[in-house]
Amino acid sequence: MASPIKRTKRGVPEGLWLRCPGCQNAIFRKEAEKRLSVCPECGYHFYVSARERIEQVLDTGTFEEWDGGLRPTDPLEFQDKKRYDERLKLEQERTGLLDAAITGCGMIRARRVAFGVTDSAFLMGSMGSVVGERLTRLVERATEQRLPLIVVSGSGGGARMHEGILSLMQMAKISAALARYDREGGLFISVLTNPTMGGVAASFASLGDLVFAEPQALIGFAGPRTIKATIRIELPKGFQTSEFLLEHGFVDRIVPRDKLKSEIARTIDYCGK
Amino acid sequence: MDTPAPGLDFEQPIYEIESRIRAQQQSGDRRGEDELRRLRRELAETTRRVYDNLNPWQVVQVARHKDRPHTADYLAMAFEEFVELHGDRHFGDDRAILTGFAKLDQHKVMVVGHQKGRTYKERSACYFGCAHPEGYRKAMGKMRMAAKYGLPVICFIDTPGAYPGIGAEERGQAWVIAENMYEMSRLETPVICVVIGEGGSGGALGIGVGDRVAVLEHAYYSVISPEGCAGILWKSHEYAPRAAEALRFTSRDLLRLGVVDDVIPEPLGGAHRDPHQMAGRLKIYLVRALRELIDRPLPDLVASRYEKFRRMGVFLEG
Ligand SMILES: [Zn+2]
Repeated sequence: MASPIKRTKRGVPEGLWLRCPGCQNAIFRKEAEKRLSVCPECGYHFYVSARERIEQVLDTGTFEEWDGGLRPTDPLEFQDKKRYDERLKLEQERTGLLDAAITGCGMIRARRVAFGVTDSAFLMGSMGSVVGERLTRLVERATEQRLPLIVVSGSGGGARMHEGILSLMQMAKISAALARYDREGGLFISVLTNPTMGGVAASFASLGDLVFAEPQALIGFAGPRTIKATIRIELPKGFQTSEFLLEHGFVDRIVPRDKLKSEIARTIDYCGK
Repeated sequence: MDTPAPGLDFEQPIYEIESRIRAQQQSGDRRGEDELRRLRRELAETTRRVYDNLNPWQVVQVARHKDRPHTADYLAMAFEEFVELHGDRHFGDDRAILTGFAKLDQHKVMVVGHQKGRTYKERSACYFGCAHPEGYRKAMGKMRMAAKYGLPVICFIDTPGAYPGIGAEERGQAWVIAENMYEMSRLETPVICVVIGEGGSGGALGIGVGDRVAVLEHAYYSVISPEGCAGILWKSHEYAPRAAEALRFTSRDLLRLGVVDDVIPEPLGGAHRDPHQMAGRLKIYLVRALRELIDRPLPDLVASRYEKFRRMGVFLEG
């Protein structure tokens, strides 16, 4: 069967038309892109890459990357069906990224901020040593330079299995850096996007002074499949969505993509940073 | 789930000699003393050979052994007193994490430890050692109190992982684990963490940020269970032994990767063969670590705890 929607090597559909997972309509790609990759029919928020996110949130041309020279390696000589070092090379070619996070500084409506973003297309946005180190340095610089800190998370993978226990320890490392930043009075706004799971959810993503979430994002600790396999009952509708978490008290605001920049700027002003 | 374990298959050569020893003892043969001595020597050699060559998947079996001592056992064997304190003041009292005052060789401390239970009833009450958010909140609440009154904290880690369920997600499993790491990293009292059995991912790290992190020789500490990893990367749980190899989570690997400070040796044939000896070794370790930590100025202590975790990770630069 011929489909107008092609799956491409980036893991996101490309071509003139997009099938919207929200309303099942075929959406003219240009129409969605004009709206920051949000479905014009139903408001579904499509995946955006780390680079696109930087363009959407920061003032044009103000982003300055930090620690771009950090590169992943293969400390465990990990091998499943494929060797991890080969997998890394493929992911790097496919996404144009060295690893799953980009960090640096820039301006949001003329307010200088430290800014980090993970890209859920690079090994599911999982956190290994490079993501952990980049984000920790970002937090440390934000502390030194007394900058507000914004991190936009997207990670279906959580802590990266291929770097084993070292990935797990990144959770503690970043959390400790955020605790110091907090002690110095820093303002951290954490933005959760679809999906934010596992060790990313259970570390920096949850530690914002304010936690924003894009509508309808999947957010949680354990994956829905793991939960279903454990408890053997159907999961309630809307379980682990942004709206579910807001209802249970873990998200401050659900912020549609086109409002994200102005909401961040306003929060910075309220907190006097 | 509580099937009577037939014992571990790689321990069969050990059981076999043990049964020959029992037979010899029952035979009442007076000339049997020499034979008995020989068998005992053979038992020690065989046990050593088996345990010196455990592969990572076998280590997991030992770490999960039904007779392996748990937090409650160490509290009974290595501590002079334990005064349990319940509840998280928000939701309930999670049986998967035990907390309370304890005395260790005249040191007053706060103990926080995962609890797996022995009988089926106990095991279901504490979800086989998988804590809910209220467990992590209880742990943090008691640790904060310990810091307030100058008590060092001792954490025993022994969990397959934090509980994956509807209630756990509704009550913020991700949030409480993150908050515990955040608060433990700056807690103003000495913190000693020991992985005594299973160090299962975020559920372990949620009580795992300390000035000293040690692991028992046959315990393991991993980003994901070998079964979970096999399911995702090999698409089948049957590849768990392969995943166990790949994940590098045995005590020797953890030491090499700089994730733990010390490995506490287990008695010959594992902690389950001689819980009392294991408890004795654990006690010696804890008392020594306490003595090293208790007189340090708190700002120094907290700063070096930060640096310890700050160094973790392997990457290239430039
Ligand atoms: Zn739609």
